[in-house]
Amino acid sequence: MTERPSIGVRHPTGGIRLSERTWGYLLASPAFLLVGLVAVAPIAAALWLSLHHRLPVFGVDEFVGPWNYIQLWGDDRFWAACRTTLYFTTLSVSAELLLGFGLALLLDGLTSGVGGSPRWAQVMIVVPWAIPTVVSAQIWAWLYQPDYGLLNYLLHQARLIAQPIDWLANPDWTIHAAIVMDVWKTAPFAALLLLAGLKTVPRDLYAAARVDGAGAWQQFRHITLPLLMPVVVIVLVFRTMDAVRVFDAVYVLTGGGPGNSTETLSIYAYKTLFQTLQFGYGSTLATAMFVIVAALSSLYLLLLRRHLQEGA
Amino acid sequence: MSDVAENWRRGLVRWFRSRGLALCILVSAGLFCLGPVLWQAVTSIKTDADLVRLPPIVPERVTTAHYERVLFQSSLVQSLMNSVLVAVSATTVAIVVGGLCAFTLARLPIAGKPLMLGLVLATSMFPPIAVISPLYLLMRGLGLRDTLIAVGLTHAVYALPLAIWILTSFFRQLPGELYYAARVDGCTPLRALMSVFLPIARPGLAVAALLVFIFSWNEFMFALTLTASDATRTAPVAVALFPGLYEIPWGDIAAASLVVTLPVAGLAALFQRHIVAGLTAGSVKG
Repeated sequence: MTERPSIGVRHPTGGIRLSERTWGYLLASPAFLLVGLVAVAPIAAALWLSLHHRLPVFGVDEFVGPWNYIQLWGDDRFWAACRTTLYFTTLSVSAELLLGFGLALLLDGLTSGVGGSPRWAQVMIVVPWAIPTVVSAQIWAWLYQPDYGLLNYLLHQARLIAQPIDWLANPDWTIHAAIVMDVWKTAPFAALLLLAGLKTVPRDLYAAARVDGAGAWQQFRHITLPLLMPVVVIVLVFRTMDAVRVFDAVYVLTGGGPGNSTETLSIYAYKTLFQTLQFGYGSTLATAMFVIVAALSSLYLLLLRRHLQEGA
Repeated sequence: MSDVAENWRRGLVRWFRSRGLALCILVSAGLFCLGPVLWQAVTSIKTDADLVRLPPIVPERVTTAHYERVLFQSSLVQSLMNSVLVAVSATTVAIVVGGLCAFTLARLPIAGKPLMLGLVLATSMFPPIAVISPLYLLMRGLGLRDTLIAVGLTHAVYALPLAIWILTSFFRQLPGELYYAARVDGCTPLRALMSVFLPIARPGLAVAALLVFIFSWNEFMFALTLTASDATRTAPVAVALFPGLYEIPWGDIAAASLVVTLPVAGLAALFQRHIVAGLTAGSVKG
């Protein structure tokens, strides 16, 4: 008689007998304990802090209920940070997706034609992804430097500008300078995922389409794009979440300035918490940010689930 | 003769149409991706006099002064060692704890698996800013503020979702028969994991470890908040707060940037295939 070794298996050697299920909870518990302690509990604590007026420097700590949220509603700087974040996210994510798609198609065309995959080409796009965000901010800060920066020099040589532009001092330019940096840093990530997706598209489909007289655009529109939709959605989800939460890239490049023109939600919350040391109101900003991201992610998870089910 | 020339010309045009154009675009793509890094490399070997003039783009004199300064006269080496310690311990914790959890999610019959995976995914979408103030107070309360333990532990937890996600999809691909065979032979699930699964799961573990390491090496906000002195600063924080006495020391910053980037860029270039496999785990059918 064969016994399914799933639940409550008899041990020939004796000792403590635990069911599979108990083992499961036992092995998974450290992970959930850690996540609970360092991730979930702080969220709850932030919510609690956000109901306080708390300035450690002055020894102020009083419960004020929803007062901070009322203040938030009337806080112009908060709404400005929302607009900045939205602008940054929309522009950088769409540029990344387009550019990433372009790069992926390019590399895919290159690899499928010759046979051997050019390793160097993939290495080339993996480097910006792997670079620490802080380093990429420093790299671009130097490129944007008004007097000796390479960007102004090249633009001047190409006769596109007459006077050097102070990219990080003019509010109209600065947010776009930050977006360009972010696109440079993360379009390769999009390209990597999309390239992996392109590799799974059966080549026969293209051959069949060519026989039927479909042009390059039609092939892209009716074969590549629909088959790649799940990957596109995933890239969109990951990139949007990252862009909404953006902190280090912009913080190191501009510090949120000039004025508050590049202050994203994360930067505003961070400054409130650790520069003006308002732990109560800062936590309110952080909680608001959490709610926004949570709403976005549940929306995206729905989208993702639909696409993953279709893909599976 | 002219026929040959004509053929040649046509061939060249055809080659250029099919390959040359792609090559042009590829070179510009390469310049776009690597140009800023190359420029940083050029900057790091320029003399101070050359830093404040353009042209020339390629300097006539090179110097190692910036590297000497950041390696011997700043706390960068200390920061690099801190980063190694933090990243290695965060990776170890995340892989051990995450591996056990992933094994459970992939193989053991526990209730509420979709909920757990959902929670894991949700954690990875947390904005770090939402937890930073209580986390700071928690670490201060535990007496861990300005210690590497605080940074390493935080990195481990925030890398857990990544590790669990990759390892779960990896463990699922391993043949279940092996597991059942080990169980029938009297192994406990833990032993079956250790002696049967681990040896064949090495590639998956390596990928997960690599991604966690890169994440921890590059992480900035937690490291900035939880550390307060040169003794505990990690490398990205050191690069961000690079001290300048009167003006921004662009040459030193460039040298420091490259030193800090080298380990992760090297790892990424070496294991680029595995990284892609890890990033696409579960999201792209291969």
